[in-house]
Amino acid sequence: MILTPLHLCLILSSALFCIGLIGALTRSNAILVLLGIELMLNAANINFIAFWRYGPNPEAGTGVLFVVFAIGVAAAEAAVGLALVIAIYRHQRSIRLQDARLLKG
Amino acid sequence: MSLPVQLLWLIPALPLLAAGLGALTPRSGRKLASGAAILAMAGSFLLSCGALMTALADPAAHLVHNFAWLDLGEGVLRLGWLLDPLTAFMCVMVTFVGLLIFIFSTGYLHEDPNFTRFFCFLSLFAAAMLGLLVANSLLLLFICWELVGLASYLLIGFWFHKPSAAAAAKKAFITTRIGDLGLLLGMLWLYDSTGSLLFYDGGQGVLEATALGGLVAQTTIGGLAVSTAIGLLIFCGAIGKSGQFPLHVWLPDAMEGPTPVSALIHAATMVAAGVFLIARVYPLMAVDQGLATTPLHALTVVATIGAITALMGAMIAVAQDDIKRVLAFSTVSQLGYMMLALGVGSWVAAIFHLLTHAFFKALLFLGSGSVIHAAHHEQDIRRLGGLRGPMRITFVTFALGMMALSGVPFLFSGFWSKEAILHAAQGWNVSHLPLYAGLAAVVLTAFYMTRLVAETFFGSARSDEARHAHENSPVMTVPLVILAVCAILLGFIGTPAFPWLQSRLMGQTEVHGHSLFEGGGLMVLSIVLVAIGIGSGWALYGRRPRTTTSALDPIEKISPGLFGALRARFGFDELYAATVGRLNTATAALADGLDRYVWDGAVRFLAALGEFAGFVNKEADEDVLNGGFDATNDKIRGTARLYSAAQTGGAHGYMRTVAIGFVLLVLIVMLGGGL
Amino acid sequence: MTIPFLIIAFVTLVPAAVAMALRNLIHSSLLLIASWAGIAAFYFWAGAEFVAFAQVLVYVGAVSMIVLFAVLLTRHTRIDAGLAPDSIGRALAGLLAGGAVFGVLLGAVLSTPLRVGAKAAAQVPVKRLGLELMNHHTIALLAIGILLTVSLLGAVVLAATDSKGKGATP
Repeated sequence: MILTPLHLCLILSSALFCIGLIGALTRSNAILVLLGIELMLNAANINFIAFWRYGPNPEAGTGVLFVVFAIGVAAAEAAVGLALVIAIYRHQRSIRLQDARLLKG
Repeated sequence: MSLPVQLLWLIPALPLLAAGLGALTPRSGRKLASGAAILAMAGSFLLSCGALMTALADPAAHLVHNFAWLDLGEGVLRLGWLLDPLTAFMCVMVTFVGLLIFIFSTGYLHEDPNFTRFFCFLSLFAAAMLGLLVANSLLLLFICWELVGLASYLLIGFWFHKPSAAAAAKKAFITTRIGDLGLLLGMLWLYDSTGSLLFYDGGQGVLEATALGGLVAQTTIGGLAVSTAIGLLIFCGAIGKSGQFPLHVWLPDAMEGPTPVSALIHAATMVAAGVFLIARVYPLMAVDQGLATTPLHALTVVATIGAITALMGAMIAVAQDDIKRVLAFSTVSQLGYMMLALGVGSWVAAIFHLLTHAFFKALLFLGSGSVIHAAHHEQDIRRLGGLRGPMRITFVTFALGMMALSGVPFLFSGFWSKEAILHAAQGWNVSHLPLYAGLAAVVLTAFYMTRLVAETFFGSARSDEARHAHENSPVMTVPLVILAVCAILLGFIGTPAFPWLQSRLMGQTEVHGHSLFEGGGLMVLSIVLVAIGIGSGWALYGRRPRTTTSALDPIEKISPGLFGALRARFGFDELYAATVGRLNTATAALADGLDRYVWDGAVRFLAALGEFAGFVNKEADEDVLNGGFDATNDKIRGTARLYSAAQTGGAHGYMRTVAIGFVLLVLIVMLGGGL
Repeated sequence: MTIPFLIIAFVTLVPAAVAMALRNLIHSSLLLIASWAGIAAFYFWAGAEFVAFAQVLVYVGAVSMIVLFAVLLTRHTRIDAGLAPDSIGRALAGLLAGGAVFGVLLGAVLSTPLRVGAKAAAQVPVKRLGLELMNHHTIALLAIGILLTVSLLGAVVLAATDSKGKGATP
């Protein structure tokens, strides 16, 4: 089995993704959970760039465009997410994610 | 030992490294942070000496090393390093003065809990300043220019828990930003007209004949040559950074920072960056000189602003009571001198004065810091006095600095550099007004410095703080002594008989001396003026020293109105508050009113419409439609209760479920060979 | 070729992992900035300079600031007491689930024979990128613009206080 540079990039992105995921799953602080999710998003972006760079048709620049859009969306997501955290904090004086159970059926 | 231009980046890189290290050091790592900063500065000093060797080997050459930085698609943005005698002399000065001030700071701040942060900021400043000096591109210079401003902001506000310090930091940052906007516009215009921002680039740079010829040939609004317009915009940046009239108001307030910061940034190096910038782009500023058609020469404006600042700063300094504010206005005035020299066409005299001024002004500031430290942060000269006895080293070095600044003849460096400027002003064929302003400032400078020394060191101690003052530890006095020696000796590299510095800066290898007393009339006149200044200062303040803290100042007795105006610094701060500040407030009030009444009203109207529609809807719903649905809903609710057991409301659970589902999906695909 | 990549991977992964484990939220946020900068370095290494700049601007510059503000606005004390996983069970479940995902991802990546394009890294100049955005992806660009505007307004509405102090206004 040969490890190409593409393999390395993909391993990097999977590791980053899982770090984010584990953070989001284990931490109680809503801000850290959001940050974990940001890391997962970044890992996805790394994949786009890796496939663009080593793909058959790098001239097209599709991967780059995709990441540009993803970063734009991520910025919006971060802003709204953190505003939500602040709103929740104001509502119940806590940012522990376990305390926010308004959606309980 | 010489340093090739390709490695010039090492000079700013070392302090940058130290800044990074300082940022990562915990608060207890005092020795580590200060040691790293001082070592890096010493290393930079040695490298700068190497660079000076390289530059002096061929002073006429502009050694450059350019490299591509950013690919813009069409064309590449390039940055680079530049090594010529101007850069090399400045680097040596900044690193040497900086090194001494770093050492002094270890003593001055040794009780401060944020010691490591201070050294981190200082190193950051040094890195940015050195980057500014070695830049071969207006863009790189601008980046470092802003970094220097940031470091200055951080350091003025170092004691940010003092509201005055926080306000002063903000004021300094915003005021200099006004000038920086001009610099930015000038830079963009320059790039638009020439397609490059490199200073020297083998014939293609903006300071070389081809580009300059193109710039001066075009005209813009009002018949101004494009080069003049760009030069004036760049000069705006220098006005802001170097505390020139009318943007000088931030510099005296910047004295809220710790005294070593005032010495390093607001006396010796950063404020001189404006002078350096104009000297660096001097070919651009001067190219319109021969042009008869233009209504305005860029350098005329520079000379005018410089003359106004030199005179005004010296006048205000006469009536200040805070030891550091006197020195701050003196700095404003001396920077005006340098601008004046640039404007009348002698940039080498400006750089000579910049170098000598850096040493003796750093000396004076550190001396005042030594006084302040010994007198438990008492800075008001009315409450000091009599420090001559207990603080002998500080007194002697401070007095030497004072004589250098006043221009006491022959022995002191300030004399020679000021003579060079006055000579240049005399030789200016446009007007002699700058010369007269300069001569008037000579008297005033000697006068206020005598007043400062007499009030601080002579007479009797007028407060408990002053009575209990004693000399500081060697870590603070040794830098003073070294700087004092430099303040004397440095003048001899540029006397009229042996203008070594000037000829190297001009790119000549041999030194053409003149008679030492060339233009003797002017020299005699200025010596007489210095004598008048010191003599009258001593007569008013030294012979009959102030005995109580509340006694009136001698000038106040003679002319209260004039003294009041001077003490209020001609009311520039109030003027700005009344004009710019009020305009800002009015605009904000207008925007607030628009928001509150116009837009909000519209929104409220829409909301009322929506509410009305909702009311109609509700009425229709409740009476007409509800009945039939109720029965169905009951059944659905039963089923939903079953499903909702899985909805715990905890986000962690949901995420975990998604993750496990994903794992299962991948396993099915991989092991089951697809679905 | 690989050495810079390994360095970049190191400065990306290690701060991220440490950030997810620290108790001090401020330190976590600062470490994440380092990690984001590492990702920007990766983009640079891969030849996507524009994306690297966007990453620096958006993440290192902007998102980090919002995060720090959110931390400062919501904390009681410097050390967040409720931060440690408060139930060991949940922490274990989280670690297991995350580890499982990493396992299958790694397995999938390693077992896939990937052919790397023989071409050298293609430069996509900023101008080309801009033209692409304005020609083929105009709709997406507009949609992103609207999304950003709406989310900005939404964030303001969510975080704004009611003048009566009853909490967030809907």
